[in-house]
Amino acid sequence: MGWLLIALIAVFGSAAFFMGRMRAERLLVSTTSRMHSRPNYHGYYVAMWATVPVVLVAMAYAIFAEDLTRSQLTRELPSSFARLSPVELQSYLESVRMAAGTAASAGADRVFQAITNRYLELRGLVNTGTLVLLGLLAAGGIFLAQRRLQPNFRARAFVENGMQLVLFLCAGVAVATTAGIVLSLLYESLLFFQKVSAWDFLTGTRWNAQTEAEFGALPLFFGTFMIALIAMLVAAPIGLFSAIFLSEYASPRARAWIKPILEILAGIPTVVYGFFALLVVAPAIRTAAVWFNETAIRFGLASEPILAAQPTSALAAGLVMGIMVIPFVSSLSDDVINAVPQTLRDAAYALGATKSETVKQVVVPAALPGIIAALLLAVSRAIGETMIVVMAAGKSARISMDPTSDLTTITVQIVSLMTGETGFDDPKTLSAFALGLVLFIVTLAFNVVALRVVKKYREKYD
Amino acid sequence: MTDTVRTSAPSAAAAKHLKRRRARDGRFRYYGLTAIFVALGALAVLVLTIGSQAFSAATYHVVKYDVTLDPAVIAPEGANRPADISRNVEGFYGLVRDNLLTTFPEAEADRLSRRELSDFVTRLAVLPTARMVANNPELVGNAITLTAPLNDDLDLYLKGNGVRERKIKTGTVSSVQGEEDGTFRLSGTEAFEAVVAGLAVAGVDRAEDAGQPDVLLTAGVSTGRLTEIGAGSARMELLTGRAQDFAQARPTARIIVSAESERTISDRQIAWVLALKEMGRVDRVPRWTLLTNSDSTYPELAGGLAAIVGSLLTMLITALVAMPIGILAAVYLEEFAPRNRLTEFIEVNINNLAAVPSIVFGLLGAALYINFLGMPRSAPLVGGLVLALMTFPVVIIASRAALKAVPPSVRSGALAVGASQMQTVFHHVVPLAAPGILTGAILGMARALGETAPLLLIGMVAFVGDVPRSPTDESTVMPVLIFSWSNNAERAWEPLTSAMIIILLAFLLVMNGLVVFLRRKYERRW
Repeated sequence: MGWLLIALIAVFGSAAFFMGRMRAERLLVSTTSRMHSRPNYHGYYVAMWATVPVVLVAMAYAIFAEDLTRSQLTRELPSSFARLSPVELQSYLESVRMAAGTAASAGADRVFQAITNRYLELRGLVNTGTLVLLGLLAAGGIFLAQRRLQPNFRARAFVENGMQLVLFLCAGVAVATTAGIVLSLLYESLLFFQKVSAWDFLTGTRWNAQTEAEFGALPLFFGTFMIALIAMLVAAPIGLFSAIFLSEYASPRARAWIKPILEILAGIPTVVYGFFALLVVAPAIRTAAVWFNETAIRFGLASEPILAAQPTSALAAGLVMGIMVIPFVSSLSDDVINAVPQTLRDAAYALGATKSETVKQVVVPAALPGIIAALLLAVSRAIGETMIVVMAAGKSARISMDPTSDLTTITVQIVSLMTGETGFDDPKTLSAFALGLVLFIVTLAFNVVALRVVKKYREKYD
Repeated sequence: MTDTVRTSAPSAAAAKHLKRRRARDGRFRYYGLTAIFVALGALAVLVLTIGSQAFSAATYHVVKYDVTLDPAVIAPEGANRPADISRNVEGFYGLVRDNLLTTFPEAEADRLSRRELSDFVTRLAVLPTARMVANNPELVGNAITLTAPLNDDLDLYLKGNGVRERKIKTGTVSSVQGEEDGTFRLSGTEAFEAVVAGLAVAGVDRAEDAGQPDVLLTAGVSTGRLTEIGAGSARMELLTGRAQDFAQARPTARIIVSAESERTISDRQIAWVLALKEMGRVDRVPRWTLLTNSDSTYPELAGGLAAIVGSLLTMLITALVAMPIGILAAVYLEEFAPRNRLTEFIEVNINNLAAVPSIVFGLLGAALYINFLGMPRSAPLVGGLVLALMTFPVVIIASRAALKAVPPSVRSGALAVGASQMQTVFHHVVPLAAPGILTGAILGMARALGETAPLLLIGMVAFVGDVPRSPTDESTVMPVLIFSWSNNAERAWEPLTSAMIIILLAFLLVMNGLVVFLRRKYERRW
C-alpha cells in the first residue's frame, strides 16, 4: 500500500503539472495581453493543488488506518473476548495482523481464522475508501485549480509562497525534533516518577532495575563521571598539545598530513572502538593490574590485592574513549589557536619571549575560552558515548574509586533496559527514559555553556 | 644587524637562566610531538590489531568430500522434487558423514569419536550443495565433489592461532613394534632427543596443575600420541592411519602445551585434520561467504549479507528523509529567513540537536515511532527515520556553510536581470553550492552508517537470518552485527568481527573518498 500511495502521488502530481502547463500554453497562444507567469508555474500551481491534500490524507492513512481497523474489529469481536485485558487484546490483534500479512493461518483455530478474514475485509474496506478519497481529492484539486488559470493569474507568486512555506516547515523539523525529544522523555519520565520518587532516583545508591526494582541512579552518575574523567585525562593533554604543535610548530606540509589523519579518529564508528577496548585494552589492563597486585604483595606493600583487576574495567573504557575524543579537543582548539592574531605573538617575541613562553603566556590565555569550549564539548561527547562503555565498562552499579573495577554508566543502563523485552508500562523501561532525560539535560547544559563561551569571546579579535 | 652594539656581556646568572629557558622551549616542542605520536600511535595500533585479525578471517579452510549422490538418500521416492532436494540437509549431511567415516574407520569404535568426527562439518554447511543439486537434478546418481567449510575451531588450529604447539622434526624411526595393549613401541637412535628437549622447554612456562603436555607424532596421513618418551624410544598410541607409516620415516612431533581437556579440539580431531590436509583435501580459500551468507550461529557459515543489505535499506530511508529536509531547511535559513527571534530559536535548536547523544535519538524513536505510531520493531524504516533525525542537523550545518560560500554577486546578478528570489536561489545559488551540499550530506550519511546505539533501542539487534526485502522487514545493520558478534563467546568470532569491521570501514572509506574526490573536482574559489 505504501509504494502504491507514493506512485499515485507521483502520477497525480505529474499529470496535474502537464495539464496546468498545457492550459497555460493555450492561454499564451490565444490571448493578446502578456501573461503574468510562465506556463511552468501554472503547471506547478495545479500540481500543488493536486498533491498537497492527497499527501496529507495519505499521511493520516499511514497513521490511523491500522487503529481504525482494529477498533472496528474489537467492536465486532465475540463477547468472550471482553475478558481479555487491553494488553492481551493488543497482542492477539497483532498476531491477527501477522497472520493476515503472511496468509499462513492454515493451522490456527476457526475463530482465529474468521477474525483474520474479517480483519482482511475491514482493512480492504479502509484501503479502498482511502484510494477513492485520494482520487476524488486529486481530481477536485486539479479541476478547481485549472479554473483559476487566467493570463493575469499570479501563479508564480502562489507557487513561490507555497515553496517558502515548505522551506519553513523543513526548518521547523528541527524544532519539532527537539520538542519530540523533550516531550517523549518528559512524558515517560513523569510516568516513571509516579512510581518511583524523583528524589530516590537521583540520590539512591542501589541500582537493581533488572531484578529487584531498585532505582537509585547515583552509582550510574558516578560511573559516567569516572569514565568521562579518565577519558578527559587522556584526551585533554594529548588533544591540547597536538593542537599547539599543529598550529605553532608543524610545517604546513606536516599539518596538511597530520590533521586529517587525526580526524580519522573521529570518523571511526564507536562500535569499532568498543571492540578494540574489549579485544586489546581491557585484557592488557587486567594483566597489568594483576601484575601490580602480585608485585605489591611480593614486596610486602599489601597483604591482599589492591586493584579489582576485572575483565572489563572503567579504565579500559575511559582510555579508549579518551582516544576517541582527542580530535574533538584538538580540532576545535587548533581553530581557536589559529584565530589568535599574529600581532600578539609578534609582540611577545619582541619582548624577548621564547616560542614556548609565547604559547604558554600569550597564545593559550588568549585562546582559553575556545579551548574551554572544546573541552566542554568533548566532555559532553564522552558522557553521551554509548558503545564503548556498553562493550568495555561492565554492568555492575557500584561506587568505587578503583579504576580497574567495572563501573556502569547511564548509557549502558539505557541500552540494557531497552533491549530485550520492553513494555512501556513497566517501570524498568520507563526508568530508561528518566536516565535519558538526565543525560539530555546534562549534555545540553554542557553544549549551551560551551556555545555561550565561544560566542561571548569570539568577537574579541574579529 | 651589523651595527648592533652589545653594551655589556650577560651575567653568568642571566646566561644560566637563558639556557634553562631555551631547554624548556625545546622540551615544550617535544611534548607536542609526543602528543601527536601518541594519538597517531593509538590509531595505528587500532588499525593494525583489527586489520591483522581480519586478515586471518579473510580466508578459511574448506574440505572436499568425494560423494556419490545416491538417489535413495538425496531424492527418495515422494521427496524428489527440486524443492525437497534443496531442503534435504539430512541426506547430504549423511553422505558427508559417511565419507568421513570411510576415510577414518577408527572413528566407528565409540560414540565419542563418532561425534568428534561429525563435528568436522556442520549440518547447514551442505545447504549450498543441496541447492546446487536441486537446480541441476541431472547430477543425482553421479559422483560429485562436495565442498564444505571446516569447523571453526579446527580452522583456527590450521591457521596456527587455535592451540599453542611446537613442531619438532624427529630423527629417523628405525623400528615399530606392536605391544599387547594395542600401543606401539617406536625406537631409533637419538630419534626423540629433540622432543625430550622441547618438552623440557615447554614445561617451564606452564602452570603446575595443567597436566602433561600432549605430544603428537605425524608421518604422512598417520598420527599417534606419544607416551613414555625417551631419547631413543617412545610408546605410541595410534590415533589414525597405520603404524607402519612411521617405520624408516622422520615423523614430525607436535608438543601441544595445553591439556586435551582444556582445548576445544581433541587430539583425535587434530590427527584427522592433519590427515585430511596430507591427503590434499583441505584448501585454504578466500572467505567470500562473509559477503554472500547471512548471519548464522556457526562462525564458519556466518556472513554479513543481511546486515549489508539492511544497512543499505536503512541508509536509503535516511537519505530520502534527511537530505531533502536538511537541504531545504538550510536554504530557508540561509536565503529566506528574516532575522528574528523565531529564526534564532531554530538555529539554536539545530546546533543543540547536532550535539545530542545518539542514544537519546534511540529513545525518541522507541517512544515515538514504535510505541506511539506503532511502527514495526527492528525495521530499516524505523532505523532510517531515527538516523535521519540524527543526520539532518549535520546536513543543515554543512549545507549552510556551502550556501554561505556562494558570493553575493551571483545573487545580485540574478536579481538584476529580473529573477525572483526563489528563482535566484534555486536556479543559481543552489546549483553552485551543490558540491559542498553533497559532500556535507555524504559525511552525515557516513556518520549514520557507523551508528549503533540508537538502533539497539529500536530492536535492530535481533538475530536475522534472512536478507531483508523491504524497509519494513526485520533486519539488522553492519555496526549492530559487529556488536552482536563481539558478544559471542567462541574465539572464531573475533577474527570474523574484525573482518566485518574492515568491511564497514571500507564502506566509510569509499564515502569519504567520494567526498575528497568531489572536493578536488568541484571546489572553486570565488
